[in-house]
Amino acid sequence: MRTAQAVAWKEIQIYFSSPTAYIVGLIFLALTGFFFTQDLGDPFPEATLVPFFNGAIVMFILLAPALTMRLLAEESKLGTIELLLTSPVRDWEIIVGKYVASLTFFLVLVALSFFYAILLFVYADPDPGPIYAGYLGFILYGAAALAVGLLTSTMTNNQIVSAVVAMGILLALFFADRAFGSVSGKAGEIIGEIGVRGHFDDFSRGVIDTSNIVYFISVAVFFLFLSMRTLESRRWR
Amino acid sequence: MIQAEGLTHYYGPYPAIQDVNFGVRKGEILGFLGPNGAGKTTTMRIITGFMPPTRGTVTLDGFDVVEQSLDARRRVGYLPETVPLYTDMSVNGYLKYMGTLRGMPPKDIKARLGDVIDVCRLGDYRKTQIGKLSKGFRQRVGIAQAIIHQPQVLVLDEPTIGIDPIQVVETRRLIKDLGSEQTVVLSSHILPEVSMLCDRVLIINEGRIVAEDTPKNLAEGLQGVDRLEVEVGGPAAEVLPVLRAISGVNEVNHINQDGRHTYIIQAQSGQDLRDAISQEIVSNGWSLRGLQMVGMSLEEIFLRLTTHEEL
Repeated sequence: MRTAQAVAWKEIQIYFSSPTAYIVGLIFLALTGFFFTQDLGDPFPEATLVPFFNGAIVMFILLAPALTMRLLAEESKLGTIELLLTSPVRDWEIIVGKYVASLTFFLVLVALSFFYAILLFVYADPDPGPIYAGYLGFILYGAAALAVGLLTSTMTNNQIVSAVVAMGILLALFFADRAFGSVSGKAGEIIGEIGVRGHFDDFSRGVIDTSNIVYFISVAVFFLFLSMRTLESRRWR
Repeated sequence: MIQAEGLTHYYGPYPAIQDVNFGVRKGEILGFLGPNGAGKTTTMRIITGFMPPTRGTVTLDGFDVVEQSLDARRRVGYLPETVPLYTDMSVNGYLKYMGTLRGMPPKDIKARLGDVIDVCRLGDYRKTQIGKLSKGFRQRVGIAQAIIHQPQVLVLDEPTIGIDPIQVVETRRLIKDLGSEQTVVLSSHILPEVSMLCDRVLIINEGRIVAEDTPKNLAEGLQGVDRLEVEVGGPAAEVLPVLRAISGVNEVNHINQDGRHTYIIQAQSGQDLRDAISQEIVSNGWSLRGLQMVGMSLEEIFLRLTTHEEL
């Protein structure tokens, strides 16, 4: 466990000293700021974070892979993976350490965006339910997206490949509900259920449904599990 | 300390090593010698638990590297061929991190860090970012991370490759020092290095061990094919057939160096032909200017073992 902590701590330090993470942070805050203010110009603006949440989850299709692409791809590229895998460290400790680091940086970004919510609470009288639930949904979605990115980073030594493949998977998850109409029967329903949006929209409406929480956690656990297996399989190649 | 049995590893359909067996005693320095692509790195990766063999087993201090991988890995310090460094970390930070990964408690790391820095002479660079260090210093940092947890087994893949001659000498001295306490396995394609450092040498070629002995015995063992170098004052056209006619001579090669005629005579094994040759030369009225036995250098032995043609 201490080694997982060491891995996480090292990665967190890298996040806070690397330009990539700051660029991601800048883009995130600048664009969500835009989404947040967009509706405020209406004659009768609504005190809501829904545009912010909807924008944020789309942006994380691009930003989550940018945060995770380095995690293991660079270790493969530099050859440090050889040290990692010959140290008395379990594979899950490596994966969990890396994942926790990316999650920590993500949570810092989320915390910075509380600014929007604070503004609403100070200058308006928003319905708190959808805001709390929306944040819960956004954090769960981020956790799942980062797990997807971690998997693709484990599969390659090329950061670009990792990022692009992760974006592909996240896009597919995002648009999966579109396939609901075009595939008939049970298969269509299953594909529809895999889609991110159906599960996320409940949160931004202020509904906390256990099945949605289970959905995001399952996605995260599933991709973390695959990451562990992929790392393990490196030994057999 | 290390026991490898029947190691075979395939990359896809291609065998990298086949049926490799060896043992290393505690405190011994074992050298793997072989041309590039012979299977040295593959063997080392298996010993260190980086990847399992397709067939065969390796035990370290009794722990199987596949079945009891964590216990085995705890006992190994490894320096891969391309020194794996996090270039944006400081020397101190990197060594602390590696110590933690090897399961050292923080106070042990603190106590050990100074020693390692001293041994690897990194004193002035503790806080330097690794990316800014020269190749030789990076190599030292690589060795430092391999020994920080005082492993029982030290595996060094081409430890002196790509660094300048002065640093090569220093690195060799360091390895020799380490070898007095630890079991060291190193690979190299530099023969003098191996014969200087190692108690025992495994010559590996095309994935198989072709010879295993002390550097001294290897050289002596292959000198069984007695070779003599003779310098003769006399017309080569006449000398050559006479030398070839001496019974017991297998082969004669003539070398003309600016009018100095030297003949390399390959005798049948175990025969000392020095008397016969000198008598023959003198009785023909030529002058015998030199006669000596030539042993094979480790280079020649190596070539002999790793190439299929006779020298």
